[in-house]
Amino acid sequence: MRPTFSIILFTVLSGAGYGLWILLGLVLATQWPVCVAGAILVGGDTTTLVCVYPTALTYAFVAGFLMVTIGLSASLAHLGKPLRAWRAMSQWRTSWLSREGVLSLLTFLPAAAIAIYAWKWGAVSTDSAGTFWSNPRTFQAYGAALALGSLVTVYCTANIYACLKPIHGWNNRFVVPVYLLLALYSGFLLLWAFKSLPDASVSLSSLREARWNLALGVGIVTLSIAVAATKLGYWKSIDEPAKTTTGDATGLGYLGDVRSFEQPHTEENYLTHEMGFRVARKHSRKLRLICLTTAFGVPGSLALLSLLVPGLGVVAAWISLFSGMLGIFAERWLFFAEAKHAVMLYYGARSA
Amino acid sequence: MTSLPPPSARKLGLVIDLDTCVGCHACAVACKEWNDGGSFGPLPDEDAYGAEPMGVWFNRVHSYEVQGIGNRELEIAAGVKPKTTHSCSSSIADSVLPAIAATQSIHFPRSCLHCETPACVTVCPTGASYKRAEDGIVLVDEDKCIGCQLCAWACPYGAREFSAKRGVMQKCTLCVDRIYNETLDEADRQPACVMACPTRARHFGDLGDAESDVSKLVAERGGYALMPEFGYKPVNRYLPPRPRRDAASAKPATKPSAEAIDTTQLPPLLRWVDRVLSR
Repeated sequence: MRPTFSIILFTVLSGAGYGLWILLGLVLATQWPVCVAGAILVGGDTTTLVCVYPTALTYAFVAGFLMVTIGLSASLAHLGKPLRAWRAMSQWRTSWLSREGVLSLLTFLPAAAIAIYAWKWGAVSTDSAGTFWSNPRTFQAYGAALALGSLVTVYCTANIYACLKPIHGWNNRFVVPVYLLLALYSGFLLLWAFKSLPDASVSLSSLREARWNLALGVGIVTLSIAVAATKLGYWKSIDEPAKTTTGDATGLGYLGDVRSFEQPHTEENYLTHEMGFRVARKHSRKLRLICLTTAFGVPGSLALLSLLVPGLGVVAAWISLFSGMLGIFAERWLFFAEAKHAVMLYYGARSA
Repeated sequence: MTSLPPPSARKLGLVIDLDTCVGCHACAVACKEWNDGGSFGPLPDEDAYGAEPMGVWFNRVHSYEVQGIGNRELEIAAGVKPKTTHSCSSSIADSVLPAIAATQSIHFPRSCLHCETPACVTVCPTGASYKRAEDGIVLVDEDKCIGCQLCAWACPYGAREFSAKRGVMQKCTLCVDRIYNETLDEADRQPACVMACPTRARHFGDLGDAESDVSKLVAERGGYALMPEFGYKPVNRYLPPRPRRDAASAKPATKPSAEAIDTTQLPPLLRWVDRVLSR
């Protein structure tokens, strides 16, 4: 299948944005806000609660929003009629693409609620219970909704590809796990990069800071191994020689070896252009190696190193982010380029 | 609505005879011509008269070479163990002509099969792609299509082509604007490809009715569906090529004598002529 830039950009960026929002949502639902009594006087009221969030979470929210929005907009560039995109919300009963569209919009609701809450009430709550909207418990519910919405959206994105039976390399049990794990993994890389910024965690106690560093480091090391292993399993499964031949596609296989000796057209058509894309085996091997090294090897090793040597901080985190995202782009390019479509059997492909 | 309608009794479709198709592309051209001006047109080409013309055709005719087993199915029926390699036949040992290889060329028109459970319909996010409840024809509503091309990816038969010029997906309509068209003579209410075929290799009818001509033809000739393993239940049927006479059953060609002159038997003058001409 032809690796179209707009779709690669869409799946990688929105995947990373949603991965970041999954983590942000989980953190908001379980860890923050942390509220302490009476540290600031507001209008002479001494019962004021101050609720604090590390700045890294604000970065994560904004970056997640930008990546999701840019990613979804990039997907519109692939459409023949982008202005009709709203129609794609209607067929959620049968279509994964439609479900993905609906859920991506629904996920903006808790995100908007979090933004409004943070902007209007800031870090300050007027009493321990608060009103319903300004209650820290409500905020935690928004966080949970954000995490859930993001997770299900990525699940739908993966299924757009995994449900297509004519494409052996996509209709594969590894595809959905790889999409989900890679989204989460890129979320971890982004959060680590934001957390490492100088003023990102000033509001943290040293105990919390240490816990957070541990969680990020262990998360990245574990996920880099898990995703790399899943991806290796995927490559192993698509490298198994496909059994379907031109003889099966035409139903003429019982007569002998069926070979195409004349194409229906002398120039390319839509099918051969879109589905006849091929990548040389030696190139795909090299790209797989580049992908494994940059996406998983470099960030995994640096995360492990910075667990042992805490001073590495910002440099390790940002090298990991750039290397990791580069590798994930390579992974997604290969996901398209290596996939073979059954229709090419009619055009003389020996197997698909 | 991209949910599939309940199975219809009427299943309009095509039956394509691979035995008589001569690969002339008349069906493809007639289809392009009708549909460029029909209700689902136009079918504009990019660079139509240039070096790399590219555009939508609903019908594509492939040509295949089938090498090898000859009348294998007949041999199996006769209890002969199927041969595994079939480059040439050695049954005519004394022939000086190359043996007749059990090879045939088969022309293979490919178009939408109007499946009973088509994935191209269910993956559509907008409802532009739909299957008609009354006769099972699969169509695209070009006013609703957003051009995401997911339906083309979902079709293993390559039935759908995206029109870059129009920004929407296009496909075979089974000439729905001909077959019900009361302004045409009744004899002309058939798909353009069927009308154009000079060898009558294409037949149109209701494959849901066991008594229809097309259903009888399918039963008689052992018509088959393409790649049923995908589970999309194509309606169109292909009639397999009739068994060919292969090397074993064909009469040996008349033995040519020119090559096998025994010069020692010739008179001296002719022997000399033969030597001179052989230089």
